[in-house]
Amino acid sequence: MPRLNRRLLLPVATGLLFLGVWQGVHLYLSDDLRFLLPSPGMVWSAWGEHGDLLRRATANTAQGALLGFSLAVAVSAGLSLLLSLSASIRSSLYPYLMALQMTPLPILAPICVIWVGAGLRSVALLTFVIAFFPLVVNTTQGLIATDRNLVELFQLYRARRWQQLFLLRIPAALPYFFTGLRIAATISPIGAVVAEMNAGSSAGDGGGLGFQAVIFASQAKYAALFATAATTCLLGFALNAAVLALSWTALHAWHDSYERTDR
Amino acid sequence: MSLCPVVELQAVAKRFGDGPPVLEDISLRAHPGEMVSLLGPSGCGKSTLLRLIAGLTPPTAGSLRVEGRPPGDPAASVAFVFQEATLLPWLSVRANVEVPLRLGGAAAADRAATSSRLLELVGLGHRGDAYPRQLSGGQRMRVSLARALSLSPRLLLLDEPFGALDEMTRERLNEELLALQGAGSWTGFFVTHSVAEAVFLSHRILILSAHPGRLHAEVPVPLPHPRTAETRLQPDYLRLVAQVSRQLRAVSPAG
Ligand SMILES: Nc1ncnc2c1ncn2[C@@H]1O[C@H](COP(=O)(O)OP(=O)(O)OP(=O)(O)O)[C@@H](O)[C@H]1O
Ligand SMILES: [Mg+2]
Repeated sequence: MPRLNRRLLLPVATGLLFLGVWQGVHLYLSDDLRFLLPSPGMVWSAWGEHGDLLRRATANTAQGALLGFSLAVAVSAGLSLLLSLSASIRSSLYPYLMALQMTPLPILAPICVIWVGAGLRSVALLTFVIAFFPLVVNTTQGLIATDRNLVELFQLYRARRWQQLFLLRIPAALPYFFTGLRIAATISPIGAVVAEMNAGSSAGDGGGLGFQAVIFASQAKYAALFATAATTCLLGFALNAAVLALSWTALHAWHDSYERTDR
Repeated sequence: MSLCPVVELQAVAKRFGDGPPVLEDISLRAHPGEMVSLLGPSGCGKSTLLRLIAGLTPPTAGSLRVEGRPPGDPAASVAFVFQEATLLPWLSVRANVEVPLRLGGAAAADRAATSSRLLELVGLGHRGDAYPRQLSGGQRMRVSLARALSLSPRLLLLDEPFGALDEMTRERLNEELLALQGAGSWTGFFVTHSVAEAVFLSHRILILSAHPGRLHAEVPVPLPHPRTAETRLQPDYLRLVAQVSRQLRAVSPAG
């Protein structure tokens, strides 16, 4: 299948090209500067060397990220329904939701630590804070952007409020919700890692990827630092893939963002 | 015709907020089984008139009765076919046809029976499980028509339902629509920009002038039923088309 080939081969090709350039730059640097950019091979061995540590850190970070992400999905669903009720509710609440989003994580982190304690709880809470804004904005937009003709159709047949909500507004909002979900899935692991760097990890479990990054940096283990970065990316990819699969399941049959499939 | 009109408007006027008057002094009646077409320049208020009759927007002045009751009354049996098919894209064709029944709380078995019958009627019996985007524009319009017929309405409001279709498809759907109307004997209001379509479908044509929308002329169409593709070749038909075109030009902005 040529389409599948393109979709698999192209990213693999760019990936290999990227590794090649990376290796080239590494070799081009003089010996005393090579520590600045460890080669792909060095990162690979750092991955092996610190494998256990990174695996445990990944599990910890994933836990915080998923907790915050799920919380964001749940809270944003309810809040979006509320916001979709009226323009007045939106104008009274939106500025404050934005204010929350605009406060940098490093400033929020110590406040969170005071409120819920350092470690997993703070990490989840901070992840929630950054993941929930794109979800609320997109889902609310989807709930209020229902095709006017469809709304009139439901009016004509005297649909009750709950019928309009469940049979019309919510399904119509799904594509928007999934857009928000994808953004949230991308930034959740980042949020969790930044949160760990600022709100600490609980001492007993060895910490998450953010915590490891701080340690590796302080020990000047740059290859390990690169390996940590790559691991964080993988976590983001995994979460993204899960959301994409979910989105495909819900939308592919009918939504225009997926190729038309005639059987 | 009978004494009790299905639709009766008396001196109806409509304006949106403090905008200019859209419709002024509209008085008209439609009798059971009658098909009435509305012709007029763009923006003269044809869609607004249909929405008034459907109870989707209230009149500013005048009185409006549908089967003797105010429009939008739960007992009225009115269906609307919009200019676009306005199907729910996440529902299968069959489920789309069943939407009005589902909103009315009909049992699943009844819904299935009705949707099967109607899809068969509009020639889409084999596409029930498809999604709207897998259909052509004309097929979608037919689903929309089937949906409108699902509650067996006594009054059908059609707002340029075939406006976006090519001539051949449109003519075929016109013939199908007439057959459906003959069989179902509902009353129809049909908005269109096509004089030929109006003459072919109607018992009576109303021509509206614009700014504000008023009734400019009323043209009876005494062509015999049943009308078929042959009808379009009759001299009477062609003469009426020419006459209505002339009258429509009189109210259309020069240019
Ligand atoms: N909801 C609304 N709010 C304000 N103005 C409206 C609204 N709906 C229609 N109008 C105005 O009423 C006038 C008539 O609109 P309408 O859609 O009824 O015209 P129309 O005859 O159906 O035109 P077309 O043939 O182009 O469909 C237009 O000037 C339009 O701007
Ligand atoms: Mg219109």
